[in-house]
Amino acid sequence: MSEQEIDLKKRRFLTGATSVVGAVGVGFVLVPFLSSWMPSARAKAAGAPVDVDITKLEEGQLVRVLWRKKPVWIFKRDKTALANLSAQDDVLVDPDNSEDQQPVYAKNAHRSINPEVAVIIGICTHLGCSPTYRPEVGAADLGGDEWKGGFYCPCHGSKFDLSGRVFKGVPAPTNLVIPPYHFVNDSLIRIGIDPKA
Amino acid sequence: MDNNKNWIDQRFPLTKVWNEHLAEYYTPRNFNFWYFFGSLAILVLVIQILTGIFLTMHFKPDAALAFNSVEYIMRDVDWGWLIRYIHSTGASAFFVVIYLHMYRGLLYGSYKAPRELIWILGMVLYIALMAEAFMGYVLPWGQMSYWGAKVIINLFGSFPIVGELILEFILGDYAVGDPVLNRFFSLHVIAIPLILVILVFLHIVALHTVGSNNPDGVEIKQNKDKNGIPKDGIPFHPYYSVKDIVGVVVFLMIFTSIVFFAPALGGYFLEAPNFVEANPLKTPDHIAPLWYLTPFYSVLRAIPPMFGSQLPGVLAMFAALLILIALPWLDRSKVKSIRYRSWPYKVALTIFVITFIVLGWLGMQAVTPLYSLMAQVFTALYFAFFILMPWFTSVGKTKPVPERTTEH
Repeated sequence: MSEQEIDLKKRRFLTGATSVVGAVGVGFVLVPFLSSWMPSARAKAAGAPVDVDITKLEEGQLVRVLWRKKPVWIFKRDKTALANLSAQDDVLVDPDNSEDQQPVYAKNAHRSINPEVAVIIGICTHLGCSPTYRPEVGAADLGGDEWKGGFYCPCHGSKFDLSGRVFKGVPAPTNLVIPPYHFVNDSLIRIGIDPKA
Repeated sequence: MDNNKNWIDQRFPLTKVWNEHLAEYYTPRNFNFWYFFGSLAILVLVIQILTGIFLTMHFKPDAALAFNSVEYIMRDVDWGWLIRYIHSTGASAFFVVIYLHMYRGLLYGSYKAPRELIWILGMVLYIALMAEAFMGYVLPWGQMSYWGAKVIINLFGSFPIVGELILEFILGDYAVGDPVLNRFFSLHVIAIPLILVILVFLHIVALHTVGSNNPDGVEIKQNKDKNGIPKDGIPFHPYYSVKDIVGVVVFLMIFTSIVFFAPALGGYFLEAPNFVEANPLKTPDHIAPLWYLTPFYSVLRAIPPMFGSQLPGVLAMFAALLILIALPWLDRSKVKSIRYRSWPYKVALTIFVITFIVLGWLGMQAVTPLYSLMAQVFTALYFAFFILMPWFTSVGKTKPVPERTTEH
């Protein structure tokens, strides 16, 4: 070590440059570690689309399937139920589907591709319970004559109509979510993939 | 900034610790290549802990699931292959670094007074590290994991009378199976790492109490200037912290090359049979521990059964390991560094290094009459190094040790 003066500017530059290069390196190293928390190939495969055959689905009947570990309801509405859907807009929070809770092809009065067949993710938008299917019109415990059939969440009493639209004055803030799906043919629904445009 | 520092310093000795261990920790100015490996060992420990934490998130410590969960990490988890290969390469890198670190101690007499306790703590660290590595190798539940575990655990069964009881205690069963895998997992991910971290802390505290040795074996604290600073000392930070960063960069270049291009390193870092799931009905054609355990495995195999028991071999193996702890008291030389030692020590150390490498190589080979004989000869040489040490360190003419560290 000689007695020459210390070049502080140079030292600061070198310290800074080394730190920056080191920080960039640490940044790159972080990527694999953080990515390893994302859904693995196996989890993604388990989240693959689910096919549902609706040949035997009768009017009023509801079937549940699991898609990405979430319950998905597929049920068939009769003419009365469809007619009732547009009759009670005034008691619904969002009758026109203005919130982004459904794909564009389900942004209609019946919230589905095929008017009769509804496909809805059966998870309450309040705190994640799965509401109960209550299709019977005029159920005494759900308001008697005013009840036109729909879903009732047993956890906190949220109510939805038969297209999954939420009623006013219940804890759930938004309509139920419609998953992406399409008809492979007349009797086969594939949940998880949008229809081809 | 200064206010914050004062606030902390009144409540925690931050500045004091920083100065005592880094900014005003005076280190001999003549450190050479061999002094990289202490800090590199800490780096590898950190790498192993970090990658281990992430592997634990995906691994299943269950004999029915373990093997597949490792394959799951390799194939399905994003970047899982990289994290696992860093961890498996890190295990071998740890021993490369530790063996070089220990060799440095032999070269410059770093274990001699007043640093005996540092050496003992280091040896306990080394033994704990071996246990850690062995248990980690069992976890993937491949063929080598299974049969390696079987062989090593069976060693404890060779003790007379209590052998059977010890075996059942370790196994929690009557054969190697799920209970062993489960308890090894627990020991591997929490118990031994905790011990390692505590021992590293003690190792460094002991080192910083007496100060580092150096290639000249000169005590720099015996030559202080009027401010009480060793004349041959320079502050660890920034001088050696910056030097060590260079070592880290070179180390990581070699390390990542292996991780990316040769993670199995021709069977030395990951053995081929371990890519097959454990099968209690079929022993692989050739069983060998990983390279870092093979010198002691050779000693085990070199000693023939006596009195119908393989106990002598087992005792010899443990003795080969434990005798290293006695080194500070076996070495009678007044001189620390190889630079000023007498020629008998230089010859003995050379033979010892060759012995250790040959024993390591033999431990990987299948047994033949020639190799068995060689293992016996080199086992004798291994122990001779320690038994004869009091003699060959006190004969021969040593060179005069300088007052101050030298320039090279």
